Amino acid sequence: MNAIQLIEQKYGSKHKVNFRAGDTVKVHVKIKEGEKERVQIFEGVVIKIHNAGMRTSFTVRKISYGVGVERVFPLHSPSVNKLELISSGKVRRAKLYYMRERFGRQARIETIERDDSLAQGTTQAEPAQSEPTNP
Amino acid sequence: MSGLLAEKIGMTQVFDKNGDRVSVTVLKAGPCTVVTMKTREKDGYRAVQLGFCEQKEKRVTKPYAGHFKKKNLPIARYLKEFRTKSDQYTQGDLLTVAFLQAGDVIDVQGVSKGKGFQGVIKRHHFGGMPASHGVSLSHRAPGSIGQRTWPGKVFKGKRMPGRMGYEKVTTKNLKVFAIEPEQNLLLVKGAVPGANHSLILVYPKGNEIEKRFLEGKQKANKSEEKVETQAKEQV
Repeated sequence: MNAIQLIEQKYGSKHKVNFRAGDTVKVHVKIKEGEKERVQIFEGVVIKIHNAGMRTSFTVRKISYGVGVERVFPLHSPSVNKLELISSGKVRRAKLYYMRERFGRQARIETIERDDSLAQGTTQAEPAQSEPTNP
Repeated sequence: MSGLLAEKIGMTQVFDKNGDRVSVTVLKAGPCTVVTMKTREKDGYRAVQLGFCEQKEKRVTKPYAGHFKKKNLPIARYLKEFRTKSDQYTQGDLLTVAFLQAGDVIDVQGVSKGKGFQGVIKRHHFGGMPASHGVSLSHRAPGSIGQRTWPGKVFKGKRMPGRMGYEKVTTKNLKVFAIEPEQNLLLVKGAVPGANHSLILVYPKGNEIEKRFLEGKQKANKSEEKVETQAKEQV
């Protein structure tokens, strides 16, 4: 393993991409409000996974009070506290941008039972995030 | 003050304590061996000569190898001098990344990537000429390079097209993001001049690294003395 991989492994999060585009996920996000920190849950359909090493991110879309909301989460960000896979969806594309033009019943994605090694449910970030060493 | 020799490994991104993304350059810094000291009496200035990165004997000239063999030190690929005020270094001392801390400020020096023959826009950040309004064939040209019959010449030092890059570049005031003493790795916030695997000179700001190193050395010496005295007592 080279030095860069070592650093990325040490400073990256313990989350794995155990979902695909079309899956419904629950993302537990840490939010800072002044001094306090709390966890907010964002649940929706993954419409895009951007695989790029430390820059890996995924986009989750949901309809909130009739308005489409999309959030992009950096996979390795310490603010992504917990990732839950709720259900798998049957889709034929890797990027589901067409969901943006669909509303109501049209925007439904058929769920399927996916039985592969990918789908293993929840990943929890390690409680102690690796911080810069200070010997 | 002393410094470290390092190899640029490459860049990546990590997240800091606040969850902000930080671009870091990974350097393999040290361990550097103190090969010789330059003294005021003998050489007219004070410096430590540091060796970095082991090299096979057959790859170097005989005089170069002899410089190390005479002192019973491993042959180093790179040999550089660092000015220092302290005369407490001794031959064979190891300078490692462990004497740096996260948050330290350093200057780094490297040889920038060669860019070849470049025009004035890339090389000197000229503005170029308008894209339209009658300009033809000279959108990226330097424009006027002088005055009239007087002075009748182009002044020396006029910025013109030419070879760019492959020169010594110093980037000042970079922050140390973290260190990995086991792997001799140094994570520096921001970019460092030069290509990957090129030699980088690390100059810590202030006399901290030197102080820390010398303190650490004194401790080590003391413990060595203890061991020696114990050995004597046992005898």
